[in-house]
Amino acid sequence: MNITHVLFWFLSVLALFSALMVITSRNPVHSVLWLIVTFFAISGHYILLNAQFLAIVNIIVYAGAIMVLFLFVIMLMNLNKSTEPKKNRWLQWAGGIAGLCLMLVLVAALRDSEIKGLEAQVNEGEIGLIKNLGKELFSTYVVPFEISSILFLSAMVGAVVIGKKE
Amino acid sequence: MPINYYIFLSIALFCIGIIGVLTRRNAIIIFMCIELMLNAVNLMLVAFSKMHHLAKPADVVAGTDGQLFVFFIMVVAAAEVSVGLAIIVMMYRNIHSVDVNFLNRLKH
Repeated sequence: MNITHVLFWFLSVLALFSALMVITSRNPVHSVLWLIVTFFAISGHYILLNAQFLAIVNIIVYAGAIMVLFLFVIMLMNLNKSTEPKKNRWLQWAGGIAGLCLMLVLVAALRDSEIKGLEAQVNEGEIGLIKNLGKELFSTYVVPFEISSILFLSAMVGAVVIGKKE
Repeated sequence: MPINYYIFLSIALFCIGIIGVLTRRNAIIIFMCIELMLNAVNLMLVAFSKMHHLAKPADVVAGTDGQLFVFFIMVVAAAEVSVGLAIIVMMYRNIHSVDVNFLNRLKH
């Protein structure tokens, strides 16, 4: 049990606990804060896998930009109180049981698969560094990269048009 | 680290997201659960890319495409969030609530 294993289990438990807190807390602002904790735990997993570029992008884009947008919208609507009406209790139970059944099926299907003996490389390997990813991104994947910039432009225009008061 | 651990962690995070979508009524929390599911898939893709890299140590770019897919998923998620939150703001402006149960009419 070296330090990598300890970190892996700590980050896993942190991610699962904060994900559970996201769906169970009544106050939407608390949900957003727990989701930020989840994203930091997942970024820790990326660092453990030596995917440094994705870890930084995850923190900047998700925990930085997207979560600030969520918080901003929640405070704009003045939703930071627990006013959510209760859903029908049977529907809640049905949702929980359906999700657990999906988890059971996926775990049962993948438990004895032939992928079992394989390992993911932790702490080493150079493919997650920004040099390799940048070379690949701007040579092989340059067309999807440019298309994604057009996607961003259209999303920006769409958000402005939808959000405008008529 | 065995790849099984990452698979099961991703499955657990994904199913927590699904349970959140099915049990909550607040549109913003449903949206956050969708982000949680996207992140579970991202984690699994990164773990698979590192697994692929370990299987082919001679090839320096083996597994790079998995991490670039994660990058593109993040790009699409950012665009999706901006449009989705604009839709939620418009919905709040019209019906003064973010409860998805009020949206089952598709009219008024």
